[in-house]
Amino acid sequence: MRNLRRGLGYSLRLLVLTCICLCVLTSPLLAAGNTLKMIITTDLKSIDPFWTTAYTTRNYGYMIYDTLFTLDANLQPQPQMVETWTVSPDGLMYTFALRPGLKWHDGAPVRAADCVASLQRWGKRDGMGQMLMEVTQALEVVDDRTFTLTLQEPYGLVLPSLAKISSYVPFMMPERVANTDAFTQIKEDSGSGPFKFVAEEWVPGNKVVFVRNPDYIPRSEPASYAAGGKAVKLDRIEWFYIPDQATAQAALAAGEMDFFEGVQLDMFPLLERHPDISMAFTDPMGNQGWLRLNHLHPPFNNVKARQAMLWMVNQADYMRAVAGNPKFWRTCGAYFMCGAPLETDAGATAFQTQNLEKAKQLMKEAGYDGRPIVLMDPTDSPSSHNASLVTAQLLRKIGVKVQVQAMDWGTLVSRRAEKKAPEEGGWHMFHTSWIAPDVFNPVVNMGVSGGCMDKAWFGWPCDERLEKLRSAWARATDPAEQKRLVTELQLAAYDSVPYVLTGQFMGLRAYRKNVKGVIAAPVPFFWSVSKE
Amino acid sequence: MYAYIFRRILATIPVMLVVALFVFALLRLSPGDPAAVIAGEYASPADIARIRDKLGLDNPLHVQLGIWLWNVVRGDLGTSIFSGLPVIKLIGQRLEPTLALGATTMCIAVLLAVPMGILAAWTAGTWIDRLVMMFAVLGFSVPVFWLGFLFIYGFSVQLELLPVQGYVSFTQGFFPFVRHLLLPSLTLGMVYMALIARMTRASMLEVLREDYIRTAHAKGLKPHIVLLAHALKNASLPIITIIGVGVALLIGGVVVTESVFAIPGLGRLTVDAILHRDYPVIQGIILIFSGVYVLINLLVDMVYTVLDPRIRY
Repeated sequence: MRNLRRGLGYSLRLLVLTCICLCVLTSPLLAAGNTLKMIITTDLKSIDPFWTTAYTTRNYGYMIYDTLFTLDANLQPQPQMVETWTVSPDGLMYTFALRPGLKWHDGAPVRAADCVASLQRWGKRDGMGQMLMEVTQALEVVDDRTFTLTLQEPYGLVLPSLAKISSYVPFMMPERVANTDAFTQIKEDSGSGPFKFVAEEWVPGNKVVFVRNPDYIPRSEPASYAAGGKAVKLDRIEWFYIPDQATAQAALAAGEMDFFEGVQLDMFPLLERHPDISMAFTDPMGNQGWLRLNHLHPPFNNVKARQAMLWMVNQADYMRAVAGNPKFWRTCGAYFMCGAPLETDAGATAFQTQNLEKAKQLMKEAGYDGRPIVLMDPTDSPSSHNASLVTAQLLRKIGVKVQVQAMDWGTLVSRRAEKKAPEEGGWHMFHTSWIAPDVFNPVVNMGVSGGCMDKAWFGWPCDERLEKLRSAWARATDPAEQKRLVTELQLAAYDSVPYVLTGQFMGLRAYRKNVKGVIAAPVPFFWSVSKE
Repeated sequence: MYAYIFRRILATIPVMLVVALFVFALLRLSPGDPAAVIAGEYASPADIARIRDKLGLDNPLHVQLGIWLWNVVRGDLGTSIFSGLPVIKLIGQRLEPTLALGATTMCIAVLLAVPMGILAAWTAGTWIDRLVMMFAVLGFSVPVFWLGFLFIYGFSVQLELLPVQGYVSFTQGFFPFVRHLLLPSLTLGMVYMALIARMTRASMLEVLREDYIRTAHAKGLKPHIVLLAHALKNASLPIITIIGVGVALLIGGVVVTESVFAIPGLGRLTVDAILHRDYPVIQGIILIFSGVYVLINLLVDMVYTVLDPRIRY
């Protein structure tokens, strides 16, 4: 009896202690001040925005760097670091004057020499930049705030090139940093942007921290897309890498995070129901899905086989697999995006009805010999993986043998560079997708390049017609002429089929309702964002 | 004894060398090219080739291996291809969360599983025993990630008692540290609890049948004295072995848990490095893991000598 009483007393004391511990342990941490916590689903691997095209590095670039020009919500170039610019009457010399008072994060003034060096480094890596440099005779410093760009011939894309919004973005860096070899990573993080990077708190694979740059002088215009005044309202922004979507969604729902960039579309129903969470599309135009073909090897070295794919694809099937809910996708026959300034349906209407019999016939005419088509399937990229499954099924329906090779995105990125025959380790086709700013004109859209093995993007279409039209478009200065050339280019693309369009689908972001001022854009911009 | 310890420590060198060679070869043979990953979407073959040259990936394999091994001997595990940060620094940043997770997991697992196993053995054949064994089967069968999501949904989202994700260092406060590790440790600990409980039960049952246990009872010793002072001590060798194996297996087990709970540990660092083909990071981590594994085995062997005076090396 005595033992029982002793035992009960002991148990009671243990229970009280456990309750006290639980109360203490479960009391939430006090929230930090004016800090925004954002979930990123791709880690920041490099802090050199000219080293990698990874979107997270680009987004990092927007935080700490600034650009000479950028795009507004109408996708028109607007000055950012530039105060005034003039163009000579013959259209060959551009003179740019920088805004006064611009400073690097270390306090040194931004000089024209910094901008010239930055443009030169950018021009060695970026396709649009390379094209600009090809037609540039000289980039010269006039004084500390002024520099000139002299062209060899009239070129209609000077400002659109300098305003390029997606990787590689022409960010401005100090001259000593920009003079780093374009194929060597920079080590410094000194920019002139609205935020500063806190390097000592960076834990790759976990956390990236930015603080407000108190020396930044925003423009006076209201913010519009990437342009306008970048008036920062937050003191600190922390990015947390949470690769698992379910955990990320739970963290946002629990209030541990404020902002979730890159929400997968199947998470929408869960987050939509939450009373404290807002959802928004990242960009009204969304992403363009591709089925990229290898033009080097049979059967897709034959144009009839490529055209067979046009008749095989029903965009609605792909979009249902990739995006599900119809409010997240649309069918679109425009190579340069529906909803974008260069949208045209030229050539598209012919293929808007799926015709599997015609696709089968065209494969036969192309001399398809029954060998398996190697379809690379990146299983860790949900949109491309789902699209691959649809393609595999459709190929079988038109009598084509298919070998779906499952792999991770890293392997696909290496394999797609292989020019070997598919049976020797090469490939026939793969799926990918791009945000609108990466495909909305003939120069940034590498997919329509017909530059063959030397210049074309993976898949290596070889069509001189496409290259001539791209080049002509870049050099055209009259908007009507540009429009005409785009129409002709799209018609040529539908004839030559550098890739097959599989539809347009949206990107999603989610944030707590006390987060205000979020800009709808494919890049998460944090100027104008505040937390109530 | 010291000579034995010294010999065992020396023996880790060839083991780690074999592991290093194996990992190096496996990485170079598996598909994927870090230069292509770095070069990005607009890479031309010339770009990729230039990056390969800059990273030294064009050197013959034996040269790459020699350079790496020579650097390792000098304590330099190399530099991350992507971030440009030293591998040692990256590992150092991630070591604490993994050690903390591992330690709390094993503590919880041992503190709960050993008494469960003892209880099951003591009440062998009864419903308590069956309940414990059912728990053991469930612990093995339920996927760690599913359990983790279940805990998150229950305790973090619905009840709002514990955080969903992340890690807070011990230096930032004991209670935040424990709050952030409680769910991950319970999640990961389930498997080890099942393992240790089963082994404890089996080992205790064997010992409880021994004559000296009957003698202890006959001498009038209290049941808990017989269990803990006589039976457990003699049953502990297999239990310690399985705990040692469990600690080594933790190295693999933390990967899933760290991903589910977004804990910035070595497991996630390894997965990220593999997905990005960050060769120096992968090689460095695997080398360290192999060394840790060997040392854990040595520690287990040393503990044997404490528990069983008959064991001498």
